[in-house]
Amino acid sequence: MPRAATVTHPTGTPDRRGARRLPPIATLSIAAGLLVLVALASLAIGTRQVPLDVVFGAFASPVAGDADQVVVRDLRLPRAVIGIMAGAALGVVAALLQGATRNPLADPGLLGINAGASLAVVAAIAFLGVASPFGFIWFAFGGAAVAAAVVFAIGSTGGAGATPAKLALTGAALTAATTPLVTLLLISDEGTLSQFRFWSVGSLSGRGLETAAVLWPFLVAGLVLAAWLAGRLNLLALGDDVARGLGVRLATTRVVTAVAVIILAGTATSLAGPIALLGLAVAHAARGLVGGDYRWITPLAGVLGAIVLLAADVIGRVVVAPAELEAGIVAAIVGAPVLIALVRRTKGTSL
Amino acid sequence: MSVAPAVVPTGPGESVHPLAVRVAAARSRTHRRATTVVAVGSLFALAAATASLLLGAAGLGVGDVLAALVGQGSPKAEFVIVRLRLPRVLAAIVAGTALGLGGALFQTTLRNPLASPDILGVTGGASLAAVGSMLLLGLEGPAVSLAAFAGALVVAALMWGLAWRDGLTGIRFVLVGIGLASIVSGLLGWLITRAEVREASEALVWMVGGIAGVGWPELGTAGSTLAVLLVLTVAFSPRMPLLALSDDSARSLGLDATRARATAIVLGVGLVAVATALAGPIAFVALVAAPIARALVGHGQAALAASAVVGAAIVLVADLVAQHAFTGFAVPVGIVTGLIGAPYLLWLIARGNRRGSDG
Repeated sequence: MPRAATVTHPTGTPDRRGARRLPPIATLSIAAGLLVLVALASLAIGTRQVPLDVVFGAFASPVAGDADQVVVRDLRLPRAVIGIMAGAALGVVAALLQGATRNPLADPGLLGINAGASLAVVAAIAFLGVASPFGFIWFAFGGAAVAAAVVFAIGSTGGAGATPAKLALTGAALTAATTPLVTLLLISDEGTLSQFRFWSVGSLSGRGLETAAVLWPFLVAGLVLAAWLAGRLNLLALGDDVARGLGVRLATTRVVTAVAVIILAGTATSLAGPIALLGLAVAHAARGLVGGDYRWITPLAGVLGAIVLLAADVIGRVVVAPAELEAGIVAAIVGAPVLIALVRRTKGTSL
Repeated sequence: MSVAPAVVPTGPGESVHPLAVRVAAARSRTHRRATTVVAVGSLFALAAATASLLLGAAGLGVGDVLAALVGQGSPKAEFVIVRLRLPRVLAAIVAGTALGLGGALFQTTLRNPLASPDILGVTGGASLAAVGSMLLLGLEGPAVSLAAFAGALVVAALMWGLAWRDGLTGIRFVLVGIGLASIVSGLLGWLITRAEVREASEALVWMVGGIAGVGWPELGTAGSTLAVLLVLTVAFSPRMPLLALSDDSARSLGLDATRARATAIVLGVGLVAVATALAGPIAFVALVAAPIARALVGHGQAALAASAVVGAAIVLVADLVAQHAFTGFAVPVGIVTGLIGAPYLLWLIARGNRRGSDG
């Protein structure tokens, strides 16, 4: 029997207490401006504080050997670039997943994608002796891609298609299947554990620009697919039957979504490690800010993701200086209260 | 193509149908099916428990084991059976039952298959408190169990306090739980990355959950608490169908779903906390037991008894595998529970898909 059509309010989250929203374009512009500020902060702030004019000077008039400029160009610029790329990918992928699965809990972490990447990376460390973040990227990418493909394949076979409950349950089951293997490899070899534990919390440090240089084509491809999908997700939100009636080819849309999710989640995990919750939180924030239109939610979630991940990286450098907290840890600890505050404000349960 | 009534998109509420006659017919059919599942599951668990008592390096025969159980065995047999194997089997049953039932209560109440205590941070809170007490305070033994118990309750209380707003809406509770789970896992990651590798490894072992070395005193505490919670759950179970209704449907029928939901969550937290204090957060039992039970019973029923039996069976079988499949390496049972439960759950989902029914 085909699944019941679930008619969602066309604008997604109902307006609460008549709160007025800014026009989406204004919200997106403000977010973009904020991203620039956070990016500058990420270049300037750290154990060695660098004034902003020196930051600009590092690119406008490079002086070889100037310590401040070297820190900005060689250490902080790669982190900022990787943070923006990974954060954007995480935000967009969560928006796509939430739209396509109509599940407000959809997130690369909860759908088993991070678990797949973790298994591939831990196996690479334990069996192949891979030891650098750059060496991890293809394993992370492959693991994430295989996990996403399995989740979509098992979750969407059968007459009913990829129903939200099935996809979510498949993702959780996949996590449940891979995590024990990861733990087994970790507790049987302390060498593997000591390498893996730093990757597994998610971090922007120790990856050079070469990581970004390898992965940017994937990010661009994923974003192009996301842009193609955004309008169709609006129609999917009306339920499968209505969407079909409006001319959406469901199978094509699902396949493209799966491909986009595989590419973007793989990119994000390769860049920064398995970062949970960030995507989920920014996709919710974006929906709260611009309503239920995925043509706005998707880009805004991308920008917000980049802001949050970069900000988390900066905060991690400051709070325990001269030591550092990994961006993934900070994002989890800082992002969660934001998510909780957002959830507390909304009354409805709709997506 | 038939047009079904519009219902909540996730969870077991999907199968609620307004036609009372069909409901009554389906209910008696499902009831029989549930009884069969519970009976077969119990037999299966009993077989695993028996195997667990009989197998092992000590080379004891069936006669030796039986004699030891009634107090007539040789000192050696008595030591192996009464001190080592029996507590382990009972711990598997207690922890598995509590986790399976606790997970079922969570998932049914919150109407989302992802809403298990594993994913909502309740077991994470237990892990954080326990690992923190091990790594920062250097505690061990019962003190760690107590910390775990307290950790689970603290996270649940936080979740409650943060999610409550004129009632307990399922999705808000779940999202708050996921937020708390992420804070907890961030802090755990921080503890693990800062600890000595050896200590981090021990913490990981605790975090997947194990039942080796459980003694009679803690088994007594956990068992009696479980018994109380089981009685309360049975007393509560007539109100379970209320949980499958959406808030709006319940309200339009003039029923108070909020109190039923609150009771179910309190019971669920209690059950998970008991299991975690006894055996650590045995991974994924709470997550997979209820969906497996529901798939076996069919038709989106809550299947509380079946979930409890499936939970116990998973932990018993997993412990059997953990003890005998890996030679020369003590594998915590929590590693095997996920390896056994998750593929089975995936298979159930895939099989359900081929039949075209809804997960």
